This record gives sequence, structure tokens and C-alpha cells, in this order.
Amino acid sequence: MVLNQFTAHELLDKLKNSQATLKDILDSIYARIQEVEPKVKAYARYKSVDRPRLNPQSNGLFFGLPVTVKDNICTEGLNTECCSKILTNFRPPYDATVINKLKAAGSSIFPFKANMDEFAFGSSTENSYFGTTHNPWNLECVPGGSSGGSAAAVAGDEAIWALGSDTGGSIRQPASFCGVVGLKPTYGRVSRFGLIAFASSLDQIGPITKDVEDAAILTRIISGYDPNDSTSANKDIPDYTDSLGKDIRGLKIGIPREYFIEGMDAQVKSVIEEAINKLKSLGAVANQVTLPHTQYAVPVYYIIATAEASSNLARFDGVQYGYRAKSDSLIDMYKKTRAEGFGEEAKRRIILGTFALSHGYYDAYYLRALKVRTLIKNDFDAVFKNFDCIITPTSPTPAFKIGERTQDPLKMYLSDIYTISVNLAGIPAISLPCGFTKNGLPVGLQIMAKPFNEEMLFKIAHAFEQNTEWHKIKPRL
Amino acid sequence: MKYQTVIGLEVHLQLNTKTKAFCGCAIDFGKTPNSGVCPVCLGFPGTLPVYNKEALNSAIKLALAFSCEIQEHTKFDRKNYFYPDLPKNYQISQFDLPLSRNGYLDIASGGKTKRIGITRVHLEEDAGKLIHETSSSLVDFNRTGVPLLEIVSEPDLSSPQEAFDYLTSLKNIIGYLDVSDCDMEKGSLRCDANISLRPEGAKELGVKTELKNMNSFKGVKDALAFEVSRQTELLEAGQPMTQETRLWDAEKSETVSMRSKEGAKDYRYFPDPDLTVFIIDREMVSRIKTQLPELPREKMQRFMRDYGLSEYDAKILVNSKKDAQFAEDCIQKYPEKDKKIMVNWLIGPLLSEANARKLNLYELNIDKEELINLIGFVENQSISHLSAKLVLTQMIDSQKPAVLLIKENNMLQISDTTALEEIIAGVILENEKSVSSFKAGKTNALMFLVGQVMKKSAGKANPKVVGELIKRRLTDA
Amino acid sequence: MIDKETVEYVAHLARIELQPEELEKLSRQLHDILGFIDKLSVLDVGLVKPTSHILPISNVLREDEPHICLTPDKALENAPGKNGNFFSVPKIIE
Repeated sequence: MVLNQFTAHELLDKLKNSQATLKDILDSIYARIQEVEPKVKAYARYKSVDRPRLNPQSNGLFFGLPVTVKDNICTEGLNTECCSKILTNFRPPYDATVINKLKAAGSSIFPFKANMDEFAFGSSTENSYFGTTHNPWNLECVPGGSSGGSAAAVAGDEAIWALGSDTGGSIRQPASFCGVVGLKPTYGRVSRFGLIAFASSLDQIGPITKDVEDAAILTRIISGYDPNDSTSANKDIPDYTDSLGKDIRGLKIGIPREYFIEGMDAQVKSVIEEAINKLKSLGAVANQVTLPHTQYAVPVYYIIATAEASSNLARFDGVQYGYRAKSDSLIDMYKKTRAEGFGEEAKRRIILGTFALSHGYYDAYYLRALKVRTLIKNDFDAVFKNFDCIITPTSPTPAFKIGERTQDPLKMYLSDIYTISVNLAGIPAISLPCGFTKNGLPVGLQIMAKPFNEEMLFKIAHAFEQNTEWHKIKPRL
Repeated sequence: MKYQTVIGLEVHLQLNTKTKAFCGCAIDFGKTPNSGVCPVCLGFPGTLPVYNKEALNSAIKLALAFSCEIQEHTKFDRKNYFYPDLPKNYQISQFDLPLSRNGYLDIASGGKTKRIGITRVHLEEDAGKLIHETSSSLVDFNRTGVPLLEIVSEPDLSSPQEAFDYLTSLKNIIGYLDVSDCDMEKGSLRCDANISLRPEGAKELGVKTELKNMNSFKGVKDALAFEVSRQTELLEAGQPMTQETRLWDAEKSETVSMRSKEGAKDYRYFPDPDLTVFIIDREMVSRIKTQLPELPREKMQRFMRDYGLSEYDAKILVNSKKDAQFAEDCIQKYPEKDKKIMVNWLIGPLLSEANARKLNLYELNIDKEELINLIGFVENQSISHLSAKLVLTQMIDSQKPAVLLIKENNMLQISDTTALEEIIAGVILENEKSVSSFKAGKTNALMFLVGQVMKKSAGKANPKVVGELIKRRLTDA
Repeated sequence: MIDKETVEYVAHLARIELQPEELEKLSRQLHDILGFIDKLSVLDVGLVKPTSHILPISNVLREDEPHICLTPDKALENAPGKNGNFFSVPKIIE
């Protein structure tokens, strides 16, 4: 194996024991990027000519090991454009809290940002101003989205590990499509300060990694109370690596019947059933449960998320930063800047969200959605009274073909049917590789737990991973 | 027909906290444009607001001073509209759950006290400043994010003078609380007015006009007075009124219609997902209540009770917090039992000096001990009251001690009888006529004789002593 | 449910210029999406409390203590239009 193929915890061991240098690792990453990036396009603005010099501190927990960061997380002085024309050349004057935490732990920030759907609006990374990212397992397929760049980079060994953001599945679904591990932490666990908001009440930053142990390490570093984020939880952060290598005998797994319905790919279904059997064989107890309001999650999500987005994205107006269209009058400048600066999906969502909040429609759409959100949350509370976790597929299908769903927004929105409820309920969930379809596309297993019980996710995920070989299989590029 | 005027005022008050509402930028005006800003108040992508504890404290104090009910649950909402002085293109404000409701303010107007209802006091943030040039507008965000309170009155005001008196009372109370500079010329207090006219006795309100752009209390009064006559004329001519916003032009002394193309505003208020709710329990309210200073009405009553002041005198002294403090210090320091003497000096000579200099009492910069010394000289009849007033003026101008000024002016009264007997003897000899009138029982004659002695002594004789001496001499003889 | 006029009005509120064909397409798509969303209307939510914050935390406040501000140069670094220390925008015609 070459260095870039290793997991972060393996590389950290090598650095600790002087079996490798940071330079060796970086050289191997850049060599890999040069080799496969023209095919995968995981990075937003990668150009082969310039290899910026990393100036990492080689001290600290992480020995300067680089983290690849999604293009919607602010990095001081480094382009952060949400893969949108409207943020062209935006260089934030500050670092996101997660970036500060990573730097404090001795990590370096990889100088190219990961590609994504514009403003995280999408499930395929086809909505990027910088072009589509391709799935390393099949270049004709999407990597999922919106953190498709982060997932493809990790899967294709163009990154050691990465950060993504998850509003309705944007970490878990691409992790599932790309055969890597992705975690959406509990709402409030990780500071949102410096994450360019899509939907403030749903967004969370989380890790995308090659295995569960890396996810546990990275989650611990980025988590914690932040006085700059009113919605961050003031709770202690456990050492998640303590949850690894544990016995899962007797753990109670809930299988929600509403998730195993028509629309689910037959191969995905059998892979998931096999995975559940594997967990049973490890001593876990599985029972069917019900989450009766599941069918309402997608409509509730598309009201709440777009309403919040319509307000969050109002600031992109050509006044202080980013793209500005030429015009003699202010209102015309606003309208042209936003017409030319936003892509089609962004405009669609902003207009939908504006509508949901507008006079005469607020009660019927926005307020009603907030109420149904309560019902969805109650569903989970009821199940978690008797179960330790809930297990579902991450996505109803494996990665789909590029272009297949771009003309049908509704069909695209339904790709997130298994991931959205988690964000609405604010609970944590992980996706990890659990098998492949006949065509060699990875399938992801989703595990959900109670708020602030990420330990449960790591415990089960790690037990599954260590008793299977799926995470060791790499795409051929 | 006679018309009744209905006025409601909307006051925006900047709180005098050290830092802005949602970020730690120091509030310091008159600085270089865009120097008192940070990514948060500039609304940079990814930033999040955290509310200022002191601002909440000040707001609750103010609401309590206006006898408002503090709401147990309060939250921030976003008010969405595009304008270049609003960096996020939404203002953080409060919509359906304001901090407080249902208060009142007692105002003294035309010799009577009237209770004006306060609908609500809510929290919000200030916008930036625009400078309009010929082909562009310039934006300075230093003021952006300064904590504001919006104080909305009921339409209980029935004349421009009452509106003026309401603002004066409001300012007086706020001065006591020390939560704002309350300076309309500097923009720390801004006031918009709603005014409508209706036929005397009518129940329904007339069509209202919103007035903006007033820069002083007098401006508010003048603009309202202009509107009363403008609307009266229209009504009497039977012309239809339209609901509109009009701007006060102080130079031309008239209001001008704003004629906006935009129809009814659609602000799309919704709860700000970046800020948590506030639960203001009774304990917190009563704790803040104990921090409330004595307010003008209570202070006035105490002055009347403790120092035997008349209501009229007490009212004058409590008009400003610092004056009341100054007066109370003087009264307490004054060693004699009869405090009325000091009070008379305060609302007599001292207040005249202050008025003549357009200063407040406390700004006269007079040493309290010296003032007491000066009053002592009058009380023990060492100098005349008239001389004392002269000395007071000089004391304020020169900051010299009373005793020094009395000596410099050679003002000490002659109470030494031997020195006076000589002058009196001369006067009796020169005024035979008056002497005989006195002997015939005409007391006026004594006054004349005393006057003559005073003249000869260049005003230094103690008139009381002189009177006694003349009486004794003429009756004994 | 949603007609072209509404979409036009909402696009104006959102300050997005739409070309006629965009307006046409968007109106159609939003009609479909809202048709799907309308399945929420079958639920009886009369007594349900709305959830706008999923985390039950309250009263998050900061101390009134100043931090260091940006320099005007830094604040204006990304500005597409500036004039001295000011941001500059086209003339405001209401």
C-alpha cells in the first residue's frame, strides 16, 4: 500500500514511530491527485500546476496531517465559495470554529477545498459551479451530495480524511454512494460557526473517513461547546475511541417498517438484510419498530430547509463580497447579481422558501411544517425509549447515473428519503459500507441513535466494520 | 366639524452597552467608516449571533420602569427585506413574542397627569449608515448591530404637545435608568409617529399617516402640528385621505409624501434559528427589579416626605437624575434643621444661574461645602441676601471660596453697634421730618431711616440691627 | 396553488430576475413540488406545538466585553465596490 491509502489513525502511528514523514504523505497524496483528479474532480479549484506549500506544525496530536474541507466551511484567507459563482473568490477573514479546533490539534488544512453542490443544495454534486464530481467506483455515476467532493476524495484516496456538512443527508448519502464512513453528529454537538448556512436548524458539520476509528477521532476533535454559536450544546465530549472494540451483545436494534417500502432497490434491500443478520450474529437483538410520520419528512424538510435558506442566502447580494452584476440601479444590481450568481437549484429553493414564508402562506406551509417536525421528533423519542439504535439503509438506491435526475427536482429530493428525518429530529446518525450491488456499487448502512449518543453509533459501527471486510475494498481508478 | 387627533409614537432607542447586540464590536461612534466592524456584524457568510447579556438586562429594566409585563417566553425573529445598510438583508427583531407588553407612562401635560399606554417594548438591532452620492451610495457598517429597543405607544396621545411631553417623560425616565444616551440629534433616540384625525366622538379611527425623519422632540411636535392642520384641511374639503408615509422636512417645515412603489411590505418574519429562546422567569425579573434605581415619581414623593418640599419644587428637582442627586447631596449636607432654606437656594438662585447658562444644576460645578458656607453667611446676617447672590455668580465663574469673595467685595455687614451708632446719629439729625413722623406712629418712616443708614454704609450695615438701634434711640429719647 | 404571478411576486421579494422561460419552467416545477408537499395538509396538527429549535436550550448570552474589530482594509478586502473606507453600491432608486 502507498501512504495515501492508509487511514488517518494508521498514518498517525507511522508519524509517531517515524515510519513516515509528513512530506512523504503529502507527496503521495499529491501524486494520487495528479493521477486521478482529472477523472474524479473531487476538488473545487484544483489545478495541477500549483501545489501550494503546506506549512503545518508537525507537533500536536495530528502531526500536521491534512484534512480536506468542504467548500462551505470558512478557512481564513483560503477560497471558500460554496461552489457558487455568487461567492467567486471569497476569502473569509476568519476561520470556522472546527478549523480552529483542527489547527489547535496540530492538523493542517488541505489547501484545496472539496467540491459540493452549490450551497449544499443537492444530492449528487452535479450542482457545482466548478463542475460535477464523479464517483470513484463508477465514473459515470454521481458521488452523491452535497458533500460529494469530500466523499469521492476520501474514497479515491485523494484525501486522508475530510469534513462535510449534513443538512438532510449530505454527509451520509455521499459516504454511502462512495463506500466510506460518514457521520452526522447530534444537532448542537459541533459548532456551526463558520459553516456557511444552508438551513440553520438542520446543518451540522461531520467527518467523512475511511473507517470508523477515524470518524471517532475526527468527531472528538471538532465537537464541543462554542460560545460563538448560540445553538451549540454545553456538554462534555467523551473520548469516542473508548467506544471502539466493544461487545454489542444484547443491544436492541429497531428496524423501522416505513423504511422498507416500494422504491427501495432490491439489491440494496438484500445487502441491508444481510448486514442486519451480521449484527444479530454478533449478539444484537433486532425488532421491527414504527416511525409513523416518515412519509412526511421530505415535504417538511423542503419547507423548513428552503425557508431558512431563503433568508440565509439573502446576504449574497453583491454588496460586500463575491460576484456583482453590472448595473446602474441598486434593485437591478440585486436582481441581476442573484440571477447570474445563483445556479438553477439555488434559485428554485430560494423561491420555494420565500414562498413558504410569504404573507398568506406562512401558516399553511411553514408553520404546519414546524408542527409536523414535532410529530417526527416524537416518533423517534418513542422508539428510543425501548431501543438503543435504529438501523436503515442510507439511501434507497446505490449511486445513480450522472444526469439521470437533474431534470426532475422532485425525484432528486426523494433520494434523501432515509436521511432527512434524522436532521429534522436533531439526532446523530452514521453511514458505513455494508456491501455492494452486483454492479460493484457500494451500499451504506445507516445507524441512528439518541441525541448526544454518538458513542452508541461508534460502538455498533465499529463492531460491524471489524467483523466485515467491506471497508477494505478500494475502487479501481 | 371638530376633529379629534389620535397619535401613537414608535421610539427606537440605542442602548449604551459597551458592545453591539450580537458581537463584541465596541460601540464607538465618530470613528473611521467600517472600522468598528467584524465578520458577525458584517453578516459575513458562516457567522452567527450571540445576544449581549447587558442589553437584555437594560431592556428588562426599561420595560419594568414602564410597568410592562415581561413575557416569560421571548424569542428573536428575522425581518426579511433587502437594503444595503442591512448586511444580512434581514434584521434580527421580535415579532409575535416580544420581550414585554402592556405598560404605561404617566405624563404631565397642561398641568394634568395623563396615562399613556405602552403596547410593547421589544429587542432588535440597528442598521448601518448610507451616504447618497450622485451616482452611487456609500455604506458604513459601524452602527450595524447596535442594540435597539423599540418602544411602541398606544394611540393615546391627543395632541402634538402631548407627544412632546410623552417624549420628555420617556427621556427623563431613561436618563434615570442610564440605559441610553437618549439623544435625538445624535440618533441614539429616533421617533416615528402615526397620526390620524376623526370627527369628535367617532369610534372608528381615521386613515393614518406615518411620519418619519424628525430629528428632535420639537421636530416631532412641529411635524405633528403640521399634519393636524393638513389633515383637517383635507377632511374639511371632503377630500379622501390615503394611508401613506410622509417625511418631515425641518427646513421647509412641512411633511412630504414618500411615494413608494413597493406595495404592502411582506417581511416574512420567522423565528431566527441561530438564536435560542429566552425564558425570563420571575426570579430573574425580581432580581432585575432590585437593580432598578429610584424613578422620578418615587423620588419626588420622597423629597416631599423627607425634606418637606412642595410638589412643585420636588417636581423641578427630579426632572433630571443628576440634578436630583446634586440637590439631594446639598440638602443632606446642609447642617441646619430647616432644609427649606437650602431648597429655596436650589430652586431659586441656583436654578436661575443654571438657566442663564443653559446648564443643568449639577453642571454649575459649584462646591457643595462652599454653597453651604455662603448660605451660612446670609443666615448669620454677615452678608445680605442680595450680596450673596452676587457672590454665588462669582463663585461659579471663578471657583473661589465664598469667604474670599465676600472679603474681596468688602461685603461683610456692619453689625458692630458702636460703628453704626455714629452713622445713625448723623441720619437722625439730617431727617427731622421722618423722625417726627415715626414718633407720631408712622412705621413707614422707620423703613426710610433704615434705608438712609444703609445708603451711608454703602449697603454693608445689617438692616435688622440698624432698625433695632433706631427704634431704641427714638423711643428712649 | 401557485401561479406564475405568485412566482413572479416571490422572485421579486427574493430579488431574483427570472427570464420568461425560467419563470415558465419554475412555475411548473414549483407546482409539482407544492403538490407533493400538500400531503401535509391531511394531518391534524391543531394541538401540536411547532418545533423551531430542536435543542431544548435557552438564554444563551454573551458578556458585554469588546473583542478586536477588523481593520477597514480587511473588512473591505472582498468588496466588489468600494470608495475609500466605504462600501459602494449603485444608486438607490425605489
